[in-house]
Amino acid sequence: MITKIKLTTPLSDEVVEKLRIGQKVLLNGVLYTGRDAAHKKMIELLDNGESLPVELKGQIIYYVGPSPAKPGRVIGSAGPTTSGRMDAYVPRLLALGLKGMIGKGKRTPEVIKAMKQYKAIYFAAVGGAAALISKCIKEAEVVAYPELGPEAIHRLVVEDFPAIVVNDTLGGDLYDEGTKIYAAK
Amino acid sequence: MIEALRKAYDGELSLTGKEIIQQLMDNAEIASLEKVPMCQDTGYAVVFVELGQDVHIEGGLLEDAINEGVRRGYTEGYLRKSIVGHPLERVNTGDNTPAVIHIKLVPGEQIKIIVAPKGGGSENMSAIKMLKPAEGVEGVRKFILDTVRAAGPNPCPPIIVGVGIGGTMEKAALIAKEALLRPAGMPNPRPEIAKLESEFLNDVNALGIGPQGLGGIYTALAVHVEIYPAHIASLPVAVNINCHASRHREAIL
Repeated sequence: MITKIKLTTPLSDEVVEKLRIGQKVLLNGVLYTGRDAAHKKMIELLDNGESLPVELKGQIIYYVGPSPAKPGRVIGSAGPTTSGRMDAYVPRLLALGLKGMIGKGKRTPEVIKAMKQYKAIYFAAVGGAAALISKCIKEAEVVAYPELGPEAIHRLVVEDFPAIVVNDTLGGDLYDEGTKIYAAK
Repeated sequence: MIEALRKAYDGELSLTGKEIIQQLMDNAEIASLEKVPMCQDTGYAVVFVELGQDVHIEGGLLEDAINEGVRRGYTEGYLRKSIVGHPLERVNTGDNTPAVIHIKLVPGEQIKIIVAPKGGGSENMSAIKMLKPAEGVEGVRKFILDTVRAAGPNPCPPIIVGVGIGGTMEKAALIAKEALLRPAGMPNPRPEIAKLESEFLNDVNALGIGPQGLGGIYTALAVHVEIYPAHIASLPVAVNINCHASRHREAIL
C-alpha cells in the first residue's frame, strides 16, 4: 500500500509546493462545494466589484452536486463532477488565493498554467464512488445560493477524504503521464 | 456489472487502477446495503417503453403517468434533481421531470418499461458523425477511438461504449443508447458484429486511459454495437458512453 499524505485545510503555499502528481492524499477540514451555476454567480460578483459569499484564501473547492440527504444523514451521495466545465472561471479564483480543487477529468492548459503561477493543486476523487466518499463527510451546510438546489455552495467538514494529485505546481499532469505508461506502443 | 468490475480488477496492471476498481466495488456494496445512490448524479430519466399494440390506456396520458413516476421516484427516493426546464435559461425543474421517453409499438397486450437514468458526465462525452460509406469499418473504428480518447478521464472510466452504426442521424444515436441496455459484455447476436465488438474493445483498452483516466488497461468494460440499414450515401456512427454505474431496471405491466 502506498503511503497517503494527510492534509488539513486551509493549505499554505509551502504545503502545496511540496505535493507531486501521483501522490495520494487524505484531506481533512473544510471543503467548499461549487459547480457550474455557483461559479458563474461568483464570477458575476467579481465582475461587479463585490466580494464572494465565502472566503477562498487557502481553501479547496470540491466540484460536486450532492444528492439529497436521507433522514438522519449528513449528506446524500457526493462524488466529483467533471472539472473541465469550471475551467473558464478558475484562474480568477486562483488569483484570489484558492489553493485546491477536487473533481474528475482534465484541465485546460490555461488552468494548469494558473496553478503554477498561483501555486495551487488539482486533486482527482474517484468519479462514481459517491456513496463511499459521502462517508468521509462529517458536516454539511448550505452557505450560499440555496436556490440552486444541488448546485448551492455547501460548507463540508471532511475526515480523511481520499484524493490523488493530478496537477501540481510544476505543471505536471498525471492523466497524461498515466496514459502514456499503458498505451500500446 | 459487478462481475465485469471483478474481472477488470483481476486483469488490471496498474496498481492505482486496481485500487480504484476496488473502491468502485466497495461503493456499489455500500450503495446497495444502505440504499443510497451509487453516484450523486442520478441522471436524466430516460425511459424506453415497449407498448403492445393491443393495449388501450385509460384514465390519462402515458407520458403524464411516466413523468409522475419520475417525480415521485426522484423525490421520495432522495435522488438528485438534475434537470433544468430551459437549456439556456437553466432553472431547475425541482423534480427531475420531464423524462426523455422513447415509445416503440410491439405486438401483444403488455407494456414493458425500461428506466435507464443517464448521468451528464458520460453523456457529455458522446458524439455522432456522418461518415462516408467508403470509410467503412476502419472509419468507424477511428471515430470510436477518437471519441473515447477525447473523453479521457471525464466519463469516469471504466466505461461501457454504446455504438450505433447505420440508419439516419437520430436512428444511429438511438440504437447507440439501446446498445447500452444490454448487460455489460453480452455480445450482439450477429457473429460479425460480435467480432467487431471484441476488436473495438481491445482497441479502446490499448489507449491506456485506464480506470479514472489515471492509466491502465481497463478503459472500457465492454463495447456494444447495434446496426441498422443505411442510405446508399450514408454511414452514420454514434458513440454513446456510459460510466460503470450502468443503472437499468425494467418492469412489465
